Amino acid sequence: MNEVLSGMNVNLSYPAITTERVNRFVLCTSGDSVKVYSTRTEEWLHSLQGHTNQVTGIALNPANHLQVYSCSADGTVKLWDFIDGILIKTFIIGYPLFAIYVSEKHEGIVFLHIAMDTDSKKEGFQLVAVHLPKSAEQEVEAKELSAVSSHISPNPSCTAFGREGQYIAFARNLQLNVYFFRKQKTYSFSLKATDKKGAKNAFTCIACHPTDDCIATGHEDGKIRLWRNFIHKKEYTYSTQHWHHNAVNTLCFTPEGTNLLSGGIESVLVQWQYGTGNRKEFLPRLGGSILHVSASSDGQLFCTSHSDNKITVIESSFKVCGVIQGLVKGDAVLTDLMIDPRSKALVLNGKPGHLQFYSLLRDKHLYNLDIVQQEYIYEAGLDQFEVVKAAFDIKGYWLATVEERGQKSADLEFFLKLWSYDERTQSFVLNTTITAAHTDRIISMCFSSSEETTMLVTIAEDGQFKAWCQGVDADTKQDQNFWSCDFVGSYHNLKPTNCSFSADSSLLAVSFQEVITIWSPDTWELLTTLCQPPGVIRDLCFGRLSCSKYLISTTTRNLLCCWNLLTCALEWSTSVEVSKLQSDPLSENVAAFSYQSKHTDLFVFKPNEPRPLFTHKNVCSEKIHRAVFVPREEPLNNCDESSQWLNRSQLYFLTQNMDLLTFSTATEEDRMLSSSTRLVIDDSVAVTPFYLLLGKHRQQQQKLNTPSHQAADRPQQPQGSVTITELLHTPAHVLPPASVLCSMFVSSLLISNTGVLQDPLRKEMESSEQEMNSEKEEEDSEGEMEACDSQQELRVQGSVDEVTPKLSKAQERELKRVRKTDFSWMAGLIASKP
Amino acid sequence: MQLFSSLWLWKLSCKGIIRTTTGQRHLKHTHTCFRKPQHKHLQRDQLQNSEDYWERRRRTIGLKEWDHARLSDPDWVCAGSAGLDAVGIWFRECTHDREEGTQSEDLRSAMGEFKVHRVRFFDYMPSGIRALAFNQDTERMAVARMDGSVEVFHCSDRFFQEKIIPGREQCGIEGLSWVGERLFSAGLNGGITEYDLTNQKVKYTIDAYGGPIWTITGNQQGTHLAVGCEDGTVKLFEVNEDQIQFERNLDRQKSRIISLSWHPSGSKIAAGMMDMIQVFNVETGHSIHRMLADRGAGTSRSKECVVWSVVYLSDGTIITGDSVGMVKLWDDQTGTLIKSHNVTKCDVLALSVSQNEDSLVAGTSEGIVVQFQFVSMVLEKDDKEWVRTRTFRNHTHDIRAVAEITTAVVSGGMDAQLVVRPLLDKIEVRSAASALRKIHFPHRRLVSCARKSGLMLFQYPGHLELWRLGESEGKGTPGSSLFVKRNPEKLLQLKVKGEDHIRCSAVSPCGGWIVYSTASTLRLYRLHCDNNNISITKISKLPKVLSSANQLCFSSDSSHLFSASAQSSVHIASLSQSGCKFVGTLKPKSGSHQAIHLLAASEDGKWLASANSDHEVHIYNLQTQKAHCTVPVYSSAVTAMGIHPATNCLFMMHADQQMFEYSIEQKQYTDWSRTVQRKGLHRFWVERDTPCLNVMFNPQNPSHVILHDMYMLCIIDQSLPLPDDKTQFYNQLTLKSLTEEQRKSQSHAFKVCKTFKDILCVELMPDQSLVVVERPLEDIATQLPAPIKQKKFAT
Repeated sequence: MNEVLSGMNVNLSYPAITTERVNRFVLCTSGDSVKVYSTRTEEWLHSLQGHTNQVTGIALNPANHLQVYSCSADGTVKLWDFIDGILIKTFIIGYPLFAIYVSEKHEGIVFLHIAMDTDSKKEGFQLVAVHLPKSAEQEVEAKELSAVSSHISPNPSCTAFGREGQYIAFARNLQLNVYFFRKQKTYSFSLKATDKKGAKNAFTCIACHPTDDCIATGHEDGKIRLWRNFIHKKEYTYSTQHWHHNAVNTLCFTPEGTNLLSGGIESVLVQWQYGTGNRKEFLPRLGGSILHVSASSDGQLFCTSHSDNKITVIESSFKVCGVIQGLVKGDAVLTDLMIDPRSKALVLNGKPGHLQFYSLLRDKHLYNLDIVQQEYIYEAGLDQFEVVKAAFDIKGYWLATVEERGQKSADLEFFLKLWSYDERTQSFVLNTTITAAHTDRIISMCFSSSEETTMLVTIAEDGQFKAWCQGVDADTKQDQNFWSCDFVGSYHNLKPTNCSFSADSSLLAVSFQEVITIWSPDTWELLTTLCQPPGVIRDLCFGRLSCSKYLISTTTRNLLCCWNLLTCALEWSTSVEVSKLQSDPLSENVAAFSYQSKHTDLFVFKPNEPRPLFTHKNVCSEKIHRAVFVPREEPLNNCDESSQWLNRSQLYFLTQNMDLLTFSTATEEDRMLSSSTRLVIDDSVAVTPFYLLLGKHRQQQQKLNTPSHQAADRPQQPQGSVTITELLHTPAHVLPPASVLCSMFVSSLLISNTGVLQDPLRKEMESSEQEMNSEKEEEDSEGEMEACDSQQELRVQGSVDEVTPKLSKAQERELKRVRKTDFSWMAGLIASKP
Repeated sequence: MQLFSSLWLWKLSCKGIIRTTTGQRHLKHTHTCFRKPQHKHLQRDQLQNSEDYWERRRRTIGLKEWDHARLSDPDWVCAGSAGLDAVGIWFRECTHDREEGTQSEDLRSAMGEFKVHRVRFFDYMPSGIRALAFNQDTERMAVARMDGSVEVFHCSDRFFQEKIIPGREQCGIEGLSWVGERLFSAGLNGGITEYDLTNQKVKYTIDAYGGPIWTITGNQQGTHLAVGCEDGTVKLFEVNEDQIQFERNLDRQKSRIISLSWHPSGSKIAAGMMDMIQVFNVETGHSIHRMLADRGAGTSRSKECVVWSVVYLSDGTIITGDSVGMVKLWDDQTGTLIKSHNVTKCDVLALSVSQNEDSLVAGTSEGIVVQFQFVSMVLEKDDKEWVRTRTFRNHTHDIRAVAEITTAVVSGGMDAQLVVRPLLDKIEVRSAASALRKIHFPHRRLVSCARKSGLMLFQYPGHLELWRLGESEGKGTPGSSLFVKRNPEKLLQLKVKGEDHIRCSAVSPCGGWIVYSTASTLRLYRLHCDNNNISITKISKLPKVLSSANQLCFSSDSSHLFSASAQSSVHIASLSQSGCKFVGTLKPKSGSHQAIHLLAASEDGKWLASANSDHEVHIYNLQTQKAHCTVPVYSSAVTAMGIHPATNCLFMMHADQQMFEYSIEQKQYTDWSRTVQRKGLHRFWVERDTPCLNVMFNPQNPSHVILHDMYMLCIIDQSLPLPDDKTQFYNQLTLKSLTEEQRKSQSHAFKVCKTFKDILCVELMPDQSLVVVERPLEDIATQLPAPIKQKKFAT
């Protein structure tokens, strides 16, 4: 078992987004790999893996437009064929590299940013030219380094090549330098730190006009200066344009030089017409602040990368034509990590004021849910509403959110909002807004897990906990049910710290400082109190299934206690500093992250035995505050004892660096790899007669498949894909004659057609037998499947769980719960009784 | 936009009366006496406790913030560290506002302690700038203002205002042009005027008979003048020796000619009109090309596009600025548009190209000057293009005229200030002469003071105002304001007869005589003032020679009037109860005949000094009525001078901030002056950008010379050592913190007080009080017409 970076979290850290002429791709750095996306489908095609450290920059090979250079902090420059994902060459430089630049005029030379001193803590960078040796070997050491300039800005957008690679312009702080290669002479121009109006003049980015000798520079105060005549020390001249109200992050000339693109924190892409003063076009509301802009070599497409982990593909007509969205990473995740019970998507803070739904299975951003419903103002230091708490009920029908403003200042403003799921629009609709839910900040909230009545409990710093129920509003007498307060409870005016419902919702535990109070939600009777000082209770969680009689709590004084609720006594306790306690909803397992001596350890245990099932030392070096168990679509059958706890669900957790990490097993990894190759086949197919045939065929197939697998996210495996894959992957010049191919191709189509036809047949059969015993049905369908070819068998076996209950969704879930939850709870009771 | 509408107003009004800059209220009164109402004290007491009273007090005193510790006594408002010098010069302030006059009490005998009358009731209003013309050869900039006055600035002498030709009613100048060293103007009254720059007056005016003239321009050869008229004709005038003569019309067009520009060769003329540009062949008089200017989009489509300005370059490019806000480049070979730059949403009103045609400036009605440069797009190649580069925002209102001179961009407009913005890439050495310069006030004195009787005479273009200073009582600490016992009052308003504006005026030291002169007449009045009755009588029979004066001055005992007139001569008239009698004329022995702009009479009545625009200073002996001597000519103009009452030394201030002291009796520079020249002046002193306007002497401290310019007041103590470049120049605060002994070693001759701002005049009264006449620029700004409304970020 190994720990992997969950693929989605690192989408873009660096500029190099490039589009390519024939099949449009977007390349971007992502951790230690370069990801290739299709601009047409916005789909992730593959990644170029091979670097051992952060990839810091990429640049298309000007000599061959199918190749790309990438540089990395591991000290290597690699040349890739990015269409096929093949590593062509590795050049070993030996120093950590921070940016790469190439120019058409300088063939075989790359320009790199390296640190001045070996310890990169000092902010000294230098620009070096590296002659790449021509050699047939895969790995070459490039030792021919020549320094172009020292004291380079660490910001890679502050360096740019000028017209035809004749000069290179680089800026640092308040100085602009232009180095002419032919003359080997540097001209430098400096600005004053501030002008009379107090504007900040420091350079933030540079772009050079492709055909004219004109350098565009962006500045901290939002000004853009166009420098000309910079061959003279004195008679240089510049014109100033000002639209951005904050620092200009990026500048880019279109390849013909007719326009200049600029972007900043305003998240507005501005297109300045070159040469006509201040005529400009805007493309507003692109999301997070724009970090980088690049244009394709033919000028047809622009790409902007944003601070919220997004790439926007924009047509030259200034229309957004594609959005590649990774996991949105705001400044901080204030909500817990949650799983939407319906879509099984991960839910957390997304764009400011939004909740994002992210499908972990497909590693794809699904959508943002606007909670705050106010226009976000892109201005630093402005106190704006932010979603701080969110909770789903167990069916995923209700969503409760808390938004807050004024965390820093004294006057706090917050709203509690309840959202119901609308089947018709397939999204959450605001049901109730409660403006003064509490007199002070809401600390935590949770939904009851009972089936009949949904109840929300909120606890706040005013010392109260409140239960909220749906009730018919007496005044309006509408059909719609709004939420209102049902019960207000407190305990000795102590400040509550946490709350939790038991698995069957028969008990509510609310912790008040050092005391845990157990309430009955039906009668609102205080059943008992549990107290184990010292230390304020930090986390509370009930055991599940067979361990549901246990209540686990953690305190600030490094204590993990497990209470037996039947005896109301402390079952066991251990001294461990736990920063996050998370229970698995599908098993008895509880995961505890403990932070000790500057690294985090993970313990997985069952409440009934004080011995961990699994420990993993040194998971990461930061404190973990957010974690979630994500139920698997299909359980794994791992026999390995240490990974058994991963069979039913997967553990995801978020570090303070906003990296989302998970545990996965080796078998999973293999599957991920295979699925990624499959995606390549799907999307990189050129438009050929084959493709058209295949596409038509696939559309047909999808049409047929959709009714049977409405909710399933699982992509369908194309029928007879082996033959087609082979056909398409073989270069044209080695293919056998078309006459041979034709029969093969037709036969492949035939096979797949029969396979598809079986689906609706089976479906019909199933629906007619709906009233039958589910177990019997399972047997039947399994028996039937045996008649199919081996490929089909595999697939169906995988989806046994889904095929069985072809009842309604609610029924299915109920059945599951009857089978698993209730029974185990009973079993637990029985087991504990004697 | 506002200009656009005023175009119609002008068109209608060009036959009738054109609006005046002076107030309309007192037009009927020529001799009016005013008494101030006496209820001011009551008001003041009512206001005293309210917040806004204090706020107003604070602002009038010029404090940034109140020192709350000292506010406990409401009668004494302390102005913090407003003191001038720790050695003992204190300023005791009192405020004189039009509403709220105050004055202070007399002083203890501490050296250098002054009671200050802070006068703010001189409502001087500079007139907007309408046209600029730069003469490359003489480095003179001619400026025409809205009120018809023409001023000549010397560009290489710190932009000193050498010559002022006052305007007249109904004389709206629209264009100015140099032909050689001759200056011509044309205006909406339909006449072309040539100026006599030597005597600073209008030489002649001839009618062009084409209706109002919108533009005038001379060719580079200096042979012809072209004017653009309302009736659509371009008229060519031949420039002769002493006159101009109408030659012919070019092809008449249907609409008015707004702007004109000669091709440098003189063979073609480009004319900007309504909606189009015409290019004429001067030989044939026929139109070669007719180029249509686009109207604006949307609603402005129905409005005509006015081509406000046109520039014809030697390579055949025609550049136009129009009311749509575009600067357009046209090719005169094909008559087609090459390129257009959208500069503004409003009008581009003025264009000017540099001498070598590589830079162009455009002034807009938003108050912005935009620079275009002719630069090569690819380095080291010759294909150049006009590229918009810099933007200068120094104006708040419409820019009506721009001019690019060798090292700077000069612009002027409705906000009445002349802005000189240096182009740093053209300047070799950065110095005080190459700093940004804003000229607000004329470099002449508009205030004269009757020292003995406490009267002030304010000179407005069309009238004079006589005020009596207020009085104060009580004693104050330095920097505090005093209780006002008697408010200042306006005694008299004297309206000028005729259409000419006042050129110069003076009140006698005793307060018994008032004299003023326009371009055509000189009037002398006898003023009787006993307590509350003021009467004024005009002296009817004046000697013939006193028909007009360039500068007027009374002798210190008020017995004689000196009137500077043509040929650099000064006429002397003796004044008595019976009237005025001509005594004699003082003529310089030799030298130029430029008009005299400064006169200074000695306290003992023995000497008279005159300075003219050729930088010559002549000294006359009044007893013999003969020229006594001539001060060696210095390269910079004299901006102020005075004769020391005790030593009879002439103290002169020059435009380049140098100072000289010349002993009249010994006919040589004094030792102190030689020391100053040898040691050089402090850098901070030389770098000031406004000329000194008055030289005064403190009779109680013969070594003190008091000077002032627009921003500061300075006392030079000739007994103290001069500062060198290493010493701290503004050292009053430092001195205050030092002990007695250290002070002696630290102090130097220059004591600068910057408590007062926007100073028009400072005068030392015999009772050791100072009168400081201020005209805050904010007050001027509030009286200007509203600028074009612009959407600004975050408003």
